[in-house]
Amino acid sequence: MKTKSADAELGSLLDWVEGMRKRVREIAREWEGREGNLIMILHAIQNEFGYVPRGVANELAREMGISMARIYEVITFYHYFRLTPPGSHTVQVCMGTACYLKGAEKLHGELERQLKLMEASGVRKGEFHVENVRCIGCCGMAPAVVMDGDTHGRLCPDAVKDILKRKRGK
Amino acid sequence: MIRQATMVEARINGLPVKAPEGTSILDAARRAGVRIPTLCKHPDLLPTAACGLCIVKIAGDRKMPRACATALQNGMDITTHDGELTRIRRTILELILSTHPNACLTCGRSGNCELQTLVGEFGVRNDRLEKHIRDVPSDHSNGSIIIDFAKCINCARCVQVCQEVQNVWALSILHRGIQMRMAPAGDISLADSPCIKCGQCAAHCPTGAIVEHDEIAAVWEALGDPDTFCSVQIAPSVRVALGEEFGFPPGTNLTRQIYATMRRLGFKAVFDTNFSADLTIMEEASEFVERFAHGRGSLPLITSCCPAWTDYMEKNHQDLINNFSTAKSPQQMLGVVAKTYFSEKMGIDPSKHFQVSIMPCTAKKYELERTDEMFASGYQDVDITLTTRELARMIKQSGLVFSEMPEEDADSVLGEYTGAGTIFGTTGGVMEAALRTGYYFVTGENLPQDGIEIMPVRGLEGVKEAEIDIQGAKVRVAVAHGMANVDKVLDRVRAARERGEEPPYHFIEVMACPGGCIGGGGQPYGISNEVRRKRMEGLYQDDKDRALRCSHENPSIKQIYKDFLGEPLSEKAERLLHTRYKPRKTYRR
Repeated sequence: MKTKSADAELGSLLDWVEGMRKRVREIAREWEGREGNLIMILHAIQNEFGYVPRGVANELAREMGISMARIYEVITFYHYFRLTPPGSHTVQVCMGTACYLKGAEKLHGELERQLKLMEASGVRKGEFHVENVRCIGCCGMAPAVVMDGDTHGRLCPDAVKDILKRKRGK
Repeated sequence: MIRQATMVEARINGLPVKAPEGTSILDAARRAGVRIPTLCKHPDLLPTAACGLCIVKIAGDRKMPRACATALQNGMDITTHDGELTRIRRTILELILSTHPNACLTCGRSGNCELQTLVGEFGVRNDRLEKHIRDVPSDHSNGSIIIDFAKCINCARCVQVCQEVQNVWALSILHRGIQMRMAPAGDISLADSPCIKCGQCAAHCPTGAIVEHDEIAAVWEALGDPDTFCSVQIAPSVRVALGEEFGFPPGTNLTRQIYATMRRLGFKAVFDTNFSADLTIMEEASEFVERFAHGRGSLPLITSCCPAWTDYMEKNHQDLINNFSTAKSPQQMLGVVAKTYFSEKMGIDPSKHFQVSIMPCTAKKYELERTDEMFASGYQDVDITLTTRELARMIKQSGLVFSEMPEEDADSVLGEYTGAGTIFGTTGGVMEAALRTGYYFVTGENLPQDGIEIMPVRGLEGVKEAEIDIQGAKVRVAVAHGMANVDKVLDRVRAARERGEEPPYHFIEVMACPGGCIGGGGQPYGISNEVRRKRMEGLYQDDKDRALRCSHENPSIKQIYKDFLGEPLSEKAERLLHTRYKPRKTYRR
């Protein structure tokens, strides 16, 4: 037998789906008939949902009369689009030439290692989203990492742990 | 008046060549007797310029353009082969090999792989470059075809076939650069994707990245069990294609040699799917007459003997489900009468009767368990489907020298067929066969001798239309093959329906694969329109050579109705020979 709270949960899920469909329709209509509109629509969808959820992509395919394959070809081709929910914190590791030469790969490796350790001690998987980005224009501070918009420069791998800790503390 | 194509003149390797404007250098060279290597350009498909092997030199041009994607122009002086080009092509092959596993010995394409052939020809004898093999597990999810992502060379033939020719969009090219790879959208499994199992991807793949699900071992096992009665049926289009695997030209009709081979493999009864194609026509033409002449049921009637097409329809054209013929495909009809009528007659326990079908098709493997009606005999009506390619391998395993097989006949009564049955294997054939019998059902007479060949529904045109006069009533028919062509026809039907008009057609034949079953996804490799035409000619010749060319004239068909089924659309016929369709999700995830 379904409990009342299960009913309520289902109800709110259905409400979410209804709202999502309405939003997808609105976004698709806004760009209707314009050449190359798929990318603009996907930008709007990512702004709305934080990433491109599969269910939303499916709805968009139906709305636009195109295939899911076409949408996935676009969102996997452009690094800008996300297929998974963004974390609470974003860590961007600069892979520009200067940072790369100064050891950005080591920074990235240390970040992943520290996050694995944190996950093992109970931090939610995905709380920190790590990505490699092209040159952020702070070559003088190489190697650099941008954490939630704050740039940290001249980092050595040992410093990574402290930065993550400070973020968690906030 | 047909406008004459403008011709361009150029030189290839010093020899003058002439070709219609727009001809690629690749095709122009081929006509001049020069084969430029390529792994991505397929005669059925547009150039993608993906592999880079077809580079050539043009005097005065410092770059090396790709011959597949460059049109021949007046005055070009082209070099297709020299020491430098050979060295570069060899390096390209080495680069491809650096991401390709050295698994040739155990690969499904070993011996007829386009990559393996070129690597052999170019004499690549060691792995000079570090190997980076894609670490993604193979997809065995759908039972008809298997994708081994590690063997994919990103030529994108499968994607073009799946998207543009078949309009299925199960496969796509995801990611970019070194990460680029072919996969179903969003990395779901093939079983969860819109895949219709037509196997055109496998038929066009240059390597072993997409192959049919090989089930030969299970057939050997059944043949080796003394308690099992093994019977076999051979589909119409197999007889004009199997020979290609043994050095015969495409279109050679080897029906009677195949019967003999089957007996020597150990099958105790050899049937012909052409017989049940005649049976399908009896049911389907009756259905058509019911709908057309007596107004019982929706028009147009749409054929349903192609399982890839019924899967596509259940996923993408659910509003037309009532228009589908409920008559089962010849494969399934033969299975059920073999395990009921034949088993009863011969005193064989149907639970010990093992029925194998030889099909040009990978989707036929899926059809075996498509719905409960595929078990109408009380058992699975057909136990295993082997594609033409699998049968060729099985014959080779058996040691039988196919070219030396004698000619034999099939077993009565499920082996006798008419010309109408045999043309089922080509686009337009089901329509032609159904019209021959439909005409008889309405008028009580056969079509006049000079009208029995219904030429407008023949050929490789994507959509064919015709109007046939049946005692003053005009029957409008359409024939479509290649799924992308089907959508155009059905859109016309829908548009008329929305406007409240009479349907543009009364009867529509659909086959998923370009050319119909003769171009099926399980047929010998190397498909092109030239090969399709030859295989078609083989079937039309078989039709011409038959004394009886209409399904209702088949004496064995008359007998099975008299002894067992009653009449077309009888209660028994409905129970054993008909099926149902239901909407299915395009994406299961």
